[in-house]
Amino acid sequence: MPGVWSLYSEKVMEHFKNPRNVGEMENPDGIGHVGNPVCGDIMELYIKVNDGTIIDAKFKTFGCGAAIATSSMVTEMVKGKSIEEALKISNRTVAEALDGLPPIKMHCSVLAEEALKSAIEDYLRKSKKEG
Amino acid sequence: MRRIYLDHAATTPTHPEVVKAMLPYFTGAFGNPSSIYSYGQEARAVIEEARAKVAELIYARSEEIVFTSGGTEADNFALEGIAYANEHKGNHIITTSIEHHAVLEACKFLERRGFRITYLPVDGYGLVDPQAVKKAITTKTILISVMHANNEVGTIEPIGEISKIAREVGICFHTDAVQTVGHIPVNVDELGVDMLSVSAHKFYGPKGVGALYIRKGTRLVPFMHGGEQEKRRRAGTENVPAIVGFGRAAELARQEMSKEAERLTNLRDKLIKGLLEQIDHIRLNGHPTKRLPNNVNVSVDFVEGESMLLNLDLEGICASTGSACSSSSLEPSHVLLALGLSPEQAHGSLRFSLGKENTEEDMGRVLKVLPGIVAKLRAMSPLLKTPRTVKGGPPLNPPYLAKDDRKG
Ligand code: FES
Repeated sequence: MPGVWSLYSEKVMEHFKNPRNVGEMENPDGIGHVGNPVCGDIMELYIKVNDGTIIDAKFKTFGCGAAIATSSMVTEMVKGKSIEEALKISNRTVAEALDGLPPIKMHCSVLAEEALKSAIEDYLRKSKKEG
Repeated sequence: MRRIYLDHAATTPTHPEVVKAMLPYFTGAFGNPSSIYSYGQEARAVIEEARAKVAELIYARSEEIVFTSGGTEADNFALEGIAYANEHKGNHIITTSIEHHAVLEACKFLERRGFRITYLPVDGYGLVDPQAVKKAITTKTILISVMHANNEVGTIEPIGEISKIAREVGICFHTDAVQTVGHIPVNVDELGVDMLSVSAHKFYGPKGVGALYIRKGTRLVPFMHGGEQEKRRRAGTENVPAIVGFGRAAELARQEMSKEAERLTNLRDKLIKGLLEQIDHIRLNGHPTKRLPNNVNVSVDFVEGESMLLNLDLEGICASTGSACSSSSLEPSHVLLALGLSPEQAHGSLRFSLGKENTEEDMGRVLKVLPGIVAKLRAMSPLLKTPRTVKGGPPLNPPYLAKDDRKG
């Protein structure tokens, strides 16, 4: 399917070209590691939490343009949000923030949502243990 | 920025000479070849001229060429035509797991209608083992179909050896030569095939036209039903301008092929060498020498194909990938998996297919921009761990990889 990206919005392309928050995090408070059952891609998301607020987020993604753009967007969106607020972020809100995704690429945004949820779960699990 | 088109295996630009040859047949000489007035007869005559040129290109006789709407129809026609003509004799067809969808889907269609299909595996280079073909033959086998060269990895199959086996037992043999005709010498007698599919737009002809070579004496049930065109083998008013263009493209290919193949082989090998040298953790897919002159296919570890293509496109370079992310089925290329690649390696595949307009400079551009693209994406890849001590800078080559991860 050559040129799916002709369907990518300018925002998607912008985040794809200049992804925010790329890389691993030293001593993260939560790590989300998810695989995409649809096409087999992988996303890792790290969060740093202070007083119930996500103060930093980073990602690493092996996937298509949409996967990279949604990872970048979701890390931007969670910064400064409380855990409760962050849990409300869905793949749709991420896709909307990117001015939409081609239908065939919606599953990539699901991956971003799941990576975030799994990072938060990891954080909650760890903080329970410690607490 | 000049656009660098490196996807000629998908389609080629129509040669200006071809367009010129076609133009008179849209408005002036637009007659229906089946009509008996002079307009019609003129159209008939040019179709026969084109047929002779296509026949010449593959060393066949004119009457053995049936024009179709393209490679897909030629493949469908060959498979279904033989299957239904020989139903009384048997129901078994042998093909390979790396065929084009035009063959594979026709096989699946026949499978649902009671035919039995053997999909032969290939080796790591994509080569079919003629002995495996021999072993697969049963008393019910009515057709063997093996592609001449693979469209994704460029591997050229031992068609002559396989056809010998088919001949010995009197089984009809078809080859999909869509990727080879017009690019490397194709001789139906040397190949020993009974049927061979051709597509015009893969060698600078127009889209929407192709041919099935049918050796004299081979009986097929027609695929298209209607009028008596093509000696009742293919109904439908002939696409006169396209057929004329096809003929002209065949003529041009005959003149230019050997020189062009040599030039492209040279560029191909330069690009392959450069890629393997400049990028770590990369492998060549397909056979190093039994390979189409214009095909380069590599797998780059730890990165995904669509994101590489997208970055290349931003640099004005058009290529293709076998990655699941860029297929509408979201499944990785069946060809790469058949070669034994892991889904991750298929994900990181890139195909550059070269053509007439490409120059050495173009190869240089690819070699200049791709390593940077790969580095950028690898810095983002969770498949590649960066040692925490490394500050900033993207993880690129060996120093960043665990020692036993390195090549060689
Ligand atoms: S990550 Fe595979 S299609 Fe988006």
